[in-house]
Amino acid sequence: MNWLLDLTPDEWNAVRLSIKVATVAMIASVPPGILLALLLARGRFWGKTLLNGLVHLPLILPPVVTGYLLLLTFGRRGPAGAFLAEHFGIVFSFRWTGAALACGVMGFPLMVRAIRLSIEAVDRRIEAAAGTLGANPLWVFATITLPLILPGLIAGAILSFAKAMGEFGATITFVSNIPNETQTLPSAIYTFTQVPGGDAGALRLTLISIVISMAALIASEVLARRVGRRMDIE
Amino acid sequence: MTLSVDINHRLAGFAVEAKFESAGRLTALFGPSGSGKSTLINLIAGLIRPDKGRIAVDGRVLVDTEARTFVPMHRRRIGMVFQDARLFPHMSVAGNLRYGRWFTPASERYAKMDAVVDLLGIGHLLDRRPAKLSGGEKQRVAIGRALLASPNLLLMDEPLAALDEARKAEILPYIERLRDETKIPIVYVSHSIAEVARLASDVVVLSQGKVAAAGPTEAIMQRLDLLPAEERGEGGAVLDTKVLRHDEAFGMTLLTSAAGEIRVPKLAMAAGAPVRIRIRARDVMIATERPAGLSALNILAGTITAVRPGIGPTVEIAIDCNGAIVLARITEQSKHTLRLALGQQVFAVIKTVSFDSATTGAGLPVEADG
Repeated sequence: MNWLLDLTPDEWNAVRLSIKVATVAMIASVPPGILLALLLARGRFWGKTLLNGLVHLPLILPPVVTGYLLLLTFGRRGPAGAFLAEHFGIVFSFRWTGAALACGVMGFPLMVRAIRLSIEAVDRRIEAAAGTLGANPLWVFATITLPLILPGLIAGAILSFAKAMGEFGATITFVSNIPNETQTLPSAIYTFTQVPGGDAGALRLTLISIVISMAALIASEVLARRVGRRMDIE
Repeated sequence: MTLSVDINHRLAGFAVEAKFESAGRLTALFGPSGSGKSTLINLIAGLIRPDKGRIAVDGRVLVDTEARTFVPMHRRRIGMVFQDARLFPHMSVAGNLRYGRWFTPASERYAKMDAVVDLLGIGHLLDRRPAKLSGGEKQRVAIGRALLASPNLLLMDEPLAALDEARKAEILPYIERLRDETKIPIVYVSHSIAEVARLASDVVVLSQGKVAAAGPTEAIMQRLDLLPAEERGEGGAVLDTKVLRHDEAFGMTLLTSAAGEIRVPKLAMAAGAPVRIRIRARDVMIATERPAGLSALNILAGTITAVRPGIGPTVEIAIDCNGAIVLARITEQSKHTLRLALGQQVFAVIKTVSFDSATTGAGLPVEADG
């Protein structure tokens, strides 16, 4: 058991970084995820199919392509990257923030899908009832829609977190594989497999990544069940 | 309260063109399914926007397509009770009841939690989740929830239609209390004569999207021709009476009315309590002389004031019994044999057993003195 927890500082950093990147990617995806899911579930506008395709693009494109597109857009000299760096001081390229962006983008379709499905399952007549009681659309969303889609939201968030924990292709293409900055668990495992005698390290990190993913999954199950029990939906 | 509606709204293959005013305590929008009554109530609530027209409550304009006015539903302060209770599944009963309070300005909150909970008898349900309630309980909570938003007008869209007879009988008394003990005007959508006759002060009859008639309940209920075909059998005069006394030995209740004394199966109501009864036209026999040796207990003397053709080989005869109108449906042959004519003195005969809970109302189940 000891050899499992006897990690080198670099390995520890990879674990910590992975959790940080995945958490930030997940949290940052929730607001735009809800917004897009709402738009896709209820919006009626021209180009909805196009938007839907765009959201799903990271799911069907090779991760390398997504990473390269991110590099082109959010890199130092990319239009969005230059703008954000100049006006807000936010830099993505070769930083952990870039890893979070890549992971967030890759998990985004999964999150939107889960939230969208739960929004479509909400009985709009219940929302109308809240409207007749004096709640404006924003309040209806906050007090009725949001609590009712909570199980779907949790599922989507956990999916996004799990995807972020395992993301490799887009991350390494966009922000490379820099220890202590952008070297997440998969990148670290990949590095181990590339050096002679790295098998033990690769196995250790593999087991840790399995444990973290399982823990996230179980946590989401428990949370969803607790929310579900509280709601008692007919 | 005056509700004035004048709208023109097209739906797929169907148009609602309705114009009416009502100032009643409880105005029923009555008609068969597909007559446009639910559309109309949704227009008043603001759930849909009319193509053309104007709706105002007490002079406050809610919609006026010409002036481009449209008050969104959350600012109308109109309570709504739906056929399916539509309770919030993620909140307890108490949470549901309190919901509307948040959005009501403190100065306009007239509804008190305790009073409403008492009125509807839902005190024992407060901690429960909506999924754990029966259909009737859900509907009572939904009524309470609408009331506690302190609305200026309460709309009820077939609130009993999804319930079985026992549940209906359970809720009707509460709606009566609502009508009599609160000051909120109510608009009540229904396709059931029994409900309308029992609850409404005024009726707007809708047929194929248009107003066929509007007026006080007593007057409208005598127009059997206005009733949808499947409800004709239920049609008849509506009579306001008072409980005089109970006849314990025979299990009957004696009611007094303008038309005279009427015996009905025993009601769970205290002496002096007002009871509105409906006398189905098909249950009324006509005699030209005061009958003797007859089992029927109710014999009312009156004068024939109208003779109208009914459905098939029947006629409908209106009898003025000391100011109260009783309707009778008899065959053409009986009319011919008895030589019934306008102005003739006759006796309306009604069996006590022809009254049931649908025509007398069962009274509140627990508080008989309510």
